[in-house]
Amino acid sequence: MASAFEYAPAPESRSVVDIAPSYGLFIDGEFTEAADGKVFKTVSPSTEEVLSEVARAGAEDVDRAVKAARRAFEKWSALPGSERAKYLYRIARIVQERSRELAVLETLDNGKPIKETRDADLPLVAAHFFYYAGWADKLDHAGFGANPRPLGVAGQVIPWNFPLLMLAWKIAPALATGNTVVLKPAETTPLSALFFADICRQAGLPKGVVNILPGYGDAGAALVEHPDVNKVAFTGSTAVGKAIARQVAGTDKKVTLELGGKGANIVFDDAPIDQAVEGIVTGIFFNQGQVCCAGSRLLVQESIQDELLDSLKRRLSTLRLGDPLDKNTDIGAINSAEQLARITSLVEQGTAEGAERWSPACELPSSGYWFAPTLFTNVTQAHTIARDEIFGPVLSVLTFRTPDEAVAKANNSQYGLSAGIWTEKGSRILAVAGKLRAGVIWSNTFNKFDPTSPFGGYKESGFGREGGRHGLEAYLDV
Amino acid sequence: MSDKSEEQRLSVFKTYKLYVGGKFPRSESGRVYEVTDSKGKWLANAPQSSRKDARDAVVAARKAFGGWSGATAYNRGQILYRVAEMLEGRRDQFAREVADAEGLSKSKAAAQVDAAVDRWVWYAGWTDKIAQVVGGANPVAGPFFNLSTPEPTGVVTVLAPQESSFLGLVSVIAPVIATGNTAVVIASEKSPLPALSLGEVLATSDLPGGVVNVLSGRTAEIAAPLAAHQDVNAIDLAGADDVLAKELEIAAADNLKRVLRPQPVDYAKTPGIERLTAFLETKTVWHPTGSLGASGSSY
Repeated sequence: MASAFEYAPAPESRSVVDIAPSYGLFIDGEFTEAADGKVFKTVSPSTEEVLSEVARAGAEDVDRAVKAARRAFEKWSALPGSERAKYLYRIARIVQERSRELAVLETLDNGKPIKETRDADLPLVAAHFFYYAGWADKLDHAGFGANPRPLGVAGQVIPWNFPLLMLAWKIAPALATGNTVVLKPAETTPLSALFFADICRQAGLPKGVVNILPGYGDAGAALVEHPDVNKVAFTGSTAVGKAIARQVAGTDKKVTLELGGKGANIVFDDAPIDQAVEGIVTGIFFNQGQVCCAGSRLLVQESIQDELLDSLKRRLSTLRLGDPLDKNTDIGAINSAEQLARITSLVEQGTAEGAERWSPACELPSSGYWFAPTLFTNVTQAHTIARDEIFGPVLSVLTFRTPDEAVAKANNSQYGLSAGIWTEKGSRILAVAGKLRAGVIWSNTFNKFDPTSPFGGYKESGFGREGGRHGLEAYLDV
Repeated sequence: MSDKSEEQRLSVFKTYKLYVGGKFPRSESGRVYEVTDSKGKWLANAPQSSRKDARDAVVAARKAFGGWSGATAYNRGQILYRVAEMLEGRRDQFAREVADAEGLSKSKAAAQVDAAVDRWVWYAGWTDKIAQVVGGANPVAGPFFNLSTPEPTGVVTVLAPQESSFLGLVSVIAPVIATGNTAVVIASEKSPLPALSLGEVLATSDLPGGVVNVLSGRTAEIAAPLAAHQDVNAIDLAGADDVLAKELEIAAADNLKRVLRPQPVDYAKTPGIERLTAFLETKTVWHPTGSLGASGSSY
């Protein structure tokens, strides 16, 4: 890294967040221990420091929480939409008030840079509650017929890459439509969901409407299987998504799945190179690449490959990796040792299969889980790193000559979540966007999210959409 | 013509064949099975499709998908309406086949056929409206133009309802293709003849070959490889009983097919749009607007 412009450390203060030494499960408005007394520790990925000890939910706790949600459902669903709306508005406002605290908490528990939790995650969390609050008393006008009914108890299982944002994506539409919720956060990032339980308390939300069960995959499976759960919502890996699809077969549970991706970011020769480079960086290095819609396959038109890669490498050399709480940090820690091992193994496979690996000069901290931003060239469609989701800061570069070839290569994937198009030509954007089999297409931008905008995948990236008017359907009996 | 001479004339039977890729093949397996009317009287030997026939039908449906999904909604609507026109002209034939298949009186069977013709007309009108009803612009908080559009999900396997041999059949095929999907249809096991005859109508209705493929035979036998097929994107389980439906839904999870579970349906009623939207994806396209005065970078 160039030393001419060294940055002084600019750490955000940890004092804005008060993490208790231990937390319980949040069931029926109360924090409670797990039935079998089990606990687990959650650590900060950037330092491996133990942050807190958290109760670990088991099948018995799942049953308790579902029963609480069922009891709460009758009154909650009967509440006028305008009253439910006010609870959601309260939550949105409290999230805004406490957003600095929550941003620091999320950075500590997840390992992502503070500038992302502060500027992306938290504003979007508040915006989701604000957006869906407004739907609660307007469901008759949502296009699902007059007086659409809620489903009942929603079992929701969310991942560790955007812990609080995924909670908002799941809980806001569920509550707006009159459902009650049992949510299981990921085992590596339970804290922000538990802080959200406190927000529910501050908002005066009736007991049992939201229940939070930190735990592992076994608790998630018990929740999905529970006979009194009417709706299953899952965001996570395609393998687990398939297991859930099998579990719910033959039941009348409604299910939505937001699964993996291998997004193609297509750069044509007339693209604005500087903007494209920024978009490529955002596409694959945002949240250390731990994003299901990451632009992990760069498809660059052959004629500009050298120019683009030179610019990209120069740009990557300016990325700052290190303390996630530092406001100047671009790349934070990988979420867990397990995920780091998976990234490492796939990258080694990439090298073994003959792709050429490059990383900027980059010093990794001595403790915590870290992976340097990585670029692979000489990648073919047959390579594992061009096919499998890596879920890390690893970009595979492929080339193409014609738009048809770009489309064919982009669509050559089991996944169909996201894609990017970079060109100055409007007709080419529309033509290519029309042919790409993906749920979200960003043209001349990447990784943009908004609560009014439906998000979700084609093919094995799952089914159903979250966000927007479309996101209501998943929680209504239509 | 007097009654007597009619009695003397030996009628010409029809050899019922599958409809795959716009052609009328026999089953690759060389198998047929006996189809009888409600009183047990022999009507025809219908092809008993095999796993290979099912795979061939998927290949045909996939090949047809690009052209059909890329056709204009106006064009698809015209073709669906053309199906109604062609059916109207063969009303009597279908009324006879439906009466035989379902043991209905002539007038009740004719009413079923009329309703089926009307259903094609109803769905013909949807092709160029569904995008406006379920898609649209999203008012995102930033300098972006952002549009959500419905798109067909791909190749859809349809298990036609077992009891409603024609109105039910049309009610499950038309919504699938109205939105630009292509279909592999398994006809009612007991009463496949109206479905096989529908193939003849579709072939003469400007519908490109492969958009609809009709198989007859043992539903469970044909459905199993289709539910597990990696190049099938969705499955409508209307014609499956609970046990078969569960088995197929489990197989369908292998490539995360979109599944429409069996449910009680009154096919005589005007359908809602559920069968249209069940086989649609939503694609959201973002583009910077570069709004003047917007804060921050447009990119």
